[in-house]
Amino acid sequence: MIVQALAFYVFAIVAVISGIMVVTSRNPVHSVLFLILAFFNAAGLFVLMGAEFLAMILVIVYVGAVAVLFLFVVMMLDINFVRMREGFIRYMPVGALIGLVLLVELIAVATGLVPIGGVKGPVAESIAAQSGVTNTEMLGRLIYTKYIYLFQLAGMVLFVAMIGAIVLTLRQREGVKKQDIAKQIARRREDGVELKKVTPGEGA
Amino acid sequence: MTLASLSAAWPEMLLALAAMALLMVGVFRQDGPGTARLVSWLAVATLVVVGVLAIFVMPEEGRKLLFANMFVADVYTTFVKVLVLGAAAVGIILSIGYNEREQIARFEYPVLILVATLGMMVMISANDLISLYVGLELQSLALYVVAAFRRDSIKSSEAGLKYFVLGALASGMLLYGASMVYGFTGSTNFSQLVTVFGQTGAASVGVIVGIVFLIVGLAFKVSAVPFHMWTPDVYEGAPTPVTAFFAAAPKLAAMALFVSVMVGPFGKLIGQWQQIIVLISILSMALGAFAAIQQTNIKRLLAYSSIGHVGYALIGLAAGTKDGITGILVYMAIYIVMTLGAFAVVLCMQRDGRMVEDIKDLSGLSRTRPGMALMMAIFMFSMAGIPPLAGFFAKIYVFMAAVEAELYTLAILGVLTSVVGAFYYLRIVKVMYFDEATESFDANTGRELSVIHVAAGLFTLLFFLFPSALTQLADQAVQSLMGG
Repeated sequence: MIVQALAFYVFAIVAVISGIMVVTSRNPVHSVLFLILAFFNAAGLFVLMGAEFLAMILVIVYVGAVAVLFLFVVMMLDINFVRMREGFIRYMPVGALIGLVLLVELIAVATGLVPIGGVKGPVAESIAAQSGVTNTEMLGRLIYTKYIYLFQLAGMVLFVAMIGAIVLTLRQREGVKKQDIAKQIARRREDGVELKKVTPGEGA
Repeated sequence: MTLASLSAAWPEMLLALAAMALLMVGVFRQDGPGTARLVSWLAVATLVVVGVLAIFVMPEEGRKLLFANMFVADVYTTFVKVLVLGAAAVGIILSIGYNEREQIARFEYPVLILVATLGMMVMISANDLISLYVGLELQSLALYVVAAFRRDSIKSSEAGLKYFVLGALASGMLLYGASMVYGFTGSTNFSQLVTVFGQTGAASVGVIVGIVFLIVGLAFKVSAVPFHMWTPDVYEGAPTPVTAFFAAAPKLAAMALFVSVMVGPFGKLIGQWQQIIVLISILSMALGAFAAIQQTNIKRLLAYSSIGHVGYALIGLAAGTKDGITGILVYMAIYIVMTLGAFAVVLCMQRDGRMVEDIKDLSGLSRTRPGMALMMAIFMFSMAGIPPLAGFFAKIYVFMAAVEAELYTLAILGVLTSVVGAFYYLRIVKVMYFDEATESFDANTGRELSVIHVAAGLFTLLFFLFPSALTQLADQAVQSLMGG
């Protein structure tokens, strides 16, 4: 139990600190890297709560795809981040207000001021305890049996997205030299080398 | 769950597999118009085979539920699916020559049409709010891409983007409505919703709000007023064969979905939603009639005309009776034939290899191309609802249903707006037959186009000889949808 508590505090503290670093660090690349760290720690928190599927999805989708995409955008586009920071003071009150509202809501829920209907204790734990299967297995059972029709159709939607992205953006550019390995291997000495007879005193 | 027990869903499975196989054919063959042509014809063949298969596996009686009751197959779904498949096949045939001339012939086009058609089949067979949404989204995503298919043209890209943004908004509305319905009834399944509403008879305010949002989303997809804004711009900007396809297959599928959702799970609540349908029906008919008068572009004109036709078809839904639904099915079947025929004529409007789209370009067509002018005249007279052409029968069935359901105002307004609408249809006939002849159109527009518009013209002209063939099928379809 003590290990769990210790792990929770480590993950939570690192997540909060890296969250602060995301907004304060001067170098945008560092921001994205701290964001990835925050995601990893949030995934750790999910594992502690028994939601291992969410943890995996968070790492695969957010770290593997979204954050790397951010990194590409930050590194490839020439965005003036100093200009973007202008007006920080001006927008500060609005941000603080939203933060305050969120804080009040969190306190209201955490202190039991607002009753949450129906849910008692960690939900994930109760499901795992009742059926004896992990929630990954449970999701798998449902998706591949009851919801197989929708699952396959969602696959078709992604299929359309792939075709659409290629149709609308891929261009065969003229005049670009591409490596053709078959052509390179099929090349023979006779095609590339030409012997010239040079008469002495006249040059090539 | 064996493959044999899924027989009712074989058409969908075959279509999905064929779309992937055709993509592979396209990818592994040499790039060029030859490949596009081959894949297009293979796609047409696929659609025909799927259509035959759909008839073959149709449940003889009753409704066949599959996939945890999310999928339904009966005579109604089969009837609409076969029409949609036919419209999609014609849509692909219309595109082949055009895409080659405009140098946008790529093999992805027929593949996207196939996937869009799959989405439509899922929509038609939906028996759950989730499968409804997934089918709608599958269809819409493929359509957004084909709208922007001529990516080097600003207009086409604009059409695709506009359709995408507004379509996403409509999807959001629809999802919101679905979540409200789920929240207040505890189920997304149509079969269960029927029992829920059957017991209580009345619905809470939350459910009504949910149904209103569902109607908004669906009205957007059938482009009924006031959710029609995208239609003229998308129809004008998209490549013409894409417009022809948009006007036919997706509209029919969305209308069939609209009908099956309204009379299926929410059938008991007709008192709640009837007035909304009456209102959007009247608005669509009025806008379709009045806004089309000033149009100079033939594609925009046909867009407004399609909005009007949706209004007329919705009369049948407003009635909510068996006759009304039969009327919708007959109306939509005749409508897609007329529309595809009219677009086949529009696709022939080329001078020196370039498309012309103005109505005044048609002037004197009766002297330069008498056959084409005659066909166009037949389509226009039919759309105006002049007897004995097919469009007259389409209108009379829905008007009769409205009168029987005692919606006299709706029927009278329908007749009045169709008189106004007749003005702009007849103006095209006048331009073709009485205006000074201009330059002739190119002669070499391909044999496919001529075959399609002549076939559609003959159907429209000779429908009055055998109206019962179509109405009986529609009757059976409605019988299986509404029972008893």
